Amino acid sequence: MIRVTIPVHLRTLAGAGKEVSLRVDGPVTQRAILDALEAAYPTLRGTVRDRASGQRRPLVRFFACGQDLSHESPDAPLPDAVATGAEPFLIVGAMAGG
Amino acid sequence: MSGVRVLVGTRKGAFILTSDAKRTEWEVSGPYFAGWEIYHLKGSPVDPNRLYASQSTGWFGQLIQRSDDGGKTWEPVGNAFEYEGETGTHQWFDGTQHPWEFKRVWHLEPSLADPDTVYAGVEDAALFRSDDGGSTWRELPGLREAKGHLWQPGAGGMGLHTIVLDPNDAKRIFVAISAAGVFRSDDGGQTWQPTNRGLRSEYELPDPDAEVGHCVHSITMHRSRPDVLFMQKHWDVMRSDDAGESWHEVSGNLPSDFGFPITVHAHEPDTVYVVPIKSDSEHYPPDGKLRVYRSRTGGNEWEALTEGLPQSDCYVNVLRDAMAVDTLAACGVYFGTTGGQVYASADAGDTWTPIVRDLPAVLSVEVQTLP
Repeated sequence: MIRVTIPVHLRTLAGAGKEVSLRVDGPVTQRAILDALEAAYPTLRGTVRDRASGQRRPLVRFFACGQDLSHESPDAPLPDAVATGAEPFLIVGAMAGG
Repeated sequence: MSGVRVLVGTRKGAFILTSDAKRTEWEVSGPYFAGWEIYHLKGSPVDPNRLYASQSTGWFGQLIQRSDDGGKTWEPVGNAFEYEGETGTHQWFDGTQHPWEFKRVWHLEPSLADPDTVYAGVEDAALFRSDDGGSTWRELPGLREAKGHLWQPGAGGMGLHTIVLDPNDAKRIFVAISAAGVFRSDDGGQTWQPTNRGLRSEYELPDPDAEVGHCVHSITMHRSRPDVLFMQKHWDVMRSDDAGESWHEVSGNLPSDFGFPITVHAHEPDTVYVVPIKSDSEHYPPDGKLRVYRSRTGGNEWEALTEGLPQSDCYVNVLRDAMAVDTLAACGVYFGTTGGQVYASADAGDTWTPIVRDLPAVLSVEVQTLP
């Protein structure tokens, strides 16, 4: 199972804890994880990715294995440690303000 | 026993303030949706337990919440606001054309007849309608055909912030947009015409009498007289006696005719309330005195209402959706400030008391009169 850490506002919306476990069939990519997340928690549709464009919202970041993957292709394979569940995929509300 | 429920949207959540008809003892509940911006929440006139709320943040976008128990519990409903057809462009700050982009829902207006029908005014400016309690939304794209390519964002964005439904004619709808003006539909929202004749914006527009482009802040009507509209424009308080076909100024003796909200007494169609703000570059009351002004003559002659309101060192603002009235026999008037106070008057504005003093900045105030 893929482990995904979600920020506090999305936990409230989803009625979920800090970390959720998702099954992803096929290559483990950002898009595959977010598709699985939205399927499991439909109230999160539009909160991580813009509903119209499907793009990552500007103040959302994706981290894993100590790296910022926000600017990687949504279809690029994620690190094996994420695919095996050894490390979580982190959805993070970006710093904004001072 | 009858009472009131005041629905307050703030920068960091929603609050619900309730009282019996005396309006002296208040219960405060919330925050609901803690940490989120609640631009607006409003109840259905035909089912007061049905509420809708607009919930958003810059991080996680737009959600719509619905309650069927007067705000005790909520559930997220549909948040897909997709413009119909060719999205098109509008005027941008630099004079170029800019594609329409959905940003947020400014205002939710439940139908006067059906609790499952609700309108949403959004930024970039457009009008959406749901007939299934907010689960799905459909744009009424004819509005953007009313010279939408000439609309441009004001400093606060290009939001459709006011929706007024005619109680005598289910097909007549008024909307107001910053900075585009007022538009009217007589066919249930299919087609629209600009209704801005008589507005003058000599400091904001190269053509002061332009058909569109005026920065209208809010409009209101009394349900007994739907052809009479009152408007707080960026500058100027205006009145129309012919359903928006023409407007004339009724600022009269106001200390400043800049401001945001405007509302009408529940039982006196010629009693109107505004909150003068010093200017567009100084968004606080003139002289540090928070004064509601009341006209009992449909405009032009205004009196300051000050009892119970701070009369020195007050530098808050009152935003466009942050004033409302109840419909009890002694009409109550309510408004919220960017300083987090919600003031109530149970005597049509003669005296005021803060219900709460320290909420986050108030974005909207709506009132439900409960049976």
